[in-house]
Amino acid sequence: MDHRPQAWGRPRDDVYGAYDASYLQTSGPKTATQSPVVTGTSVIAIKFRDGVVMAADNLASYGSLARFTDVKRLRPFLSTSVVGFGGDVSDMQFLDRHLTELAIDESYEHEHSENPAKSQLNAANLHKYLSKLMYRRRNDFDPLWNQILVAGFDSSSKPFLASVDLRGTTFTSPSLASGFGAMLAQPIMRRYAATEEDAARLSREEAVNVVKECMKVLFYRDARSLDRYSIAVVTKDGVELSEDEQLEKQSWAFAERIRGYGTQTV
Amino acid sequence: MFRNNYDNDSVTFSPQGRIFQVEYAAEAVKQGSVVVGIASNTHAVLVAIKRNAEELSSYQKKLFPIDEHVGIAIAGLTSDARVLSNFMKQQCLGHRLTYGRSMPVRTLVEMIGSKAQINTQHYGKRPYGVGLLVAGVDDQGPHLFEFQPSGMTEEMVAFAIGARSQMARTYLEKNLDKFADCGREELIRHGLRALKESLVQDRELTVDNTSVGVAGLVASDQDGTTKVEPFTVYDQQEVSAWIDSVADDKEGGASAAEGEGGTMEVDS
Repeated sequence: MDHRPQAWGRPRDDVYGAYDASYLQTSGPKTATQSPVVTGTSVIAIKFRDGVVMAADNLASYGSLARFTDVKRLRPFLSTSVVGFGGDVSDMQFLDRHLTELAIDESYEHEHSENPAKSQLNAANLHKYLSKLMYRRRNDFDPLWNQILVAGFDSSSKPFLASVDLRGTTFTSPSLASGFGAMLAQPIMRRYAATEEDAARLSREEAVNVVKECMKVLFYRDARSLDRYSIAVVTKDGVELSEDEQLEKQSWAFAERIRGYGTQTV
Repeated sequence: MFRNNYDNDSVTFSPQGRIFQVEYAAEAVKQGSVVVGIASNTHAVLVAIKRNAEELSSYQKKLFPIDEHVGIAIAGLTSDARVLSNFMKQQCLGHRLTYGRSMPVRTLVEMIGSKAQINTQHYGKRPYGVGLLVAGVDDQGPHLFEFQPSGMTEEMVAFAIGARSQMARTYLEKNLDKFADCGREELIRHGLRALKESLVQDRELTVDNTSVGVAGLVASDQDGTTKVEPFTVYDQQEVSAWIDSVADDKEGGASAAEGEGGTMEVDS
């Protein structure tokens, strides 16, 4: 056995042959993240009359391997907003810690005010901040490899939903979906909320049902997804976050008709 | 003979537990001409007396807009005020850029408070020789803050700093209960009356020596939401109507010198 520290955690040479250490890179320029490693898939969200619904499944994939099945990708911020993360999970954890710090600072800042909720950062402020953060990291050539959705309320107390990605690009729309969701879930959500006016007519129950339906479609067709998911509803009363939902009433009948994959001969 | 050995720097306590450099800085505030600030439920107002170095020169500005929603009134060293004002402008702009909102007034005031306090605790530094009244509006409504060279900051309903300001404070204390429900114009008049109390005999408010600054929240016509009235400074002819309106009323005026007002240094 080779007990030298350099050999710790490496495959044994006598068993596996000489170890290829070239990737360990002892010289050359510093390289930041060039691709995500452990990833979360789509995040979807839709506005309704009195708020926003957001959902993301609880899976963290390592390539195509379903590596962690209990990862919470939605987090509340100051119990007035919700942030949903897709993309690299370690960068998500960094942002999560960063936002916790920001929320603590913000709470102390307005400790003495009569109505803290009024002067604390709202979802629009938070989204602006995150977009500046993401764009700065992109300019440092060290991007945070995430697609982020922010839901809550803006300064005029209207429901707010916007996204920012690893390049600092921002979007806003009555419904938003990241990753595969942009292809699979967004068309479904647009059937119910194509415009702000449509969204303002949706009830909370309808919005939750649309989101659950989209999560099901995503589980059917996205190979990096899971049937356990988190769903958050933001209203004026705060954030209701449920982190262990199970997809209900699945029907795999359609799978029988799919041809061209697997072992069938016809 | 009797030289004070404990006032050479701002990091040494005197045996009585005082830091003389900080107290001297507070004296510098009292050399500046008087500024008055009042906050109501809807507006925050700053009024100031400007001084001219000599007959032929212009008057030194006393009120400065910081950001859309905040302004300051200064008493003391103008050059030190310039440093603080530039710092406040930068912070407000930075906050607007990163968060897309106007900076809460308390946050801003606490920032200059911390900045000024550091100067009282490092060898080789000196305290700022200027006091500020910071008036502004944010999501919590209108605010007025006092800032002292020691780094002390305090939210006030109404306050006055500068030469002979005790007279103005006495007026403000007498009328304290009226301010909360005052309208914009009435609040400005209260400010000007307080200012008049501090004037030396034979001097009066003129369009040349008076400045007024206002920030507020105005209820918009539809849906009852409020809109910010940006901090605006009024000078010259813009203040003449207000000056005329307080020209010879005696409402709530203190008749004789009260408190320490009589012993304080007289404005030139």
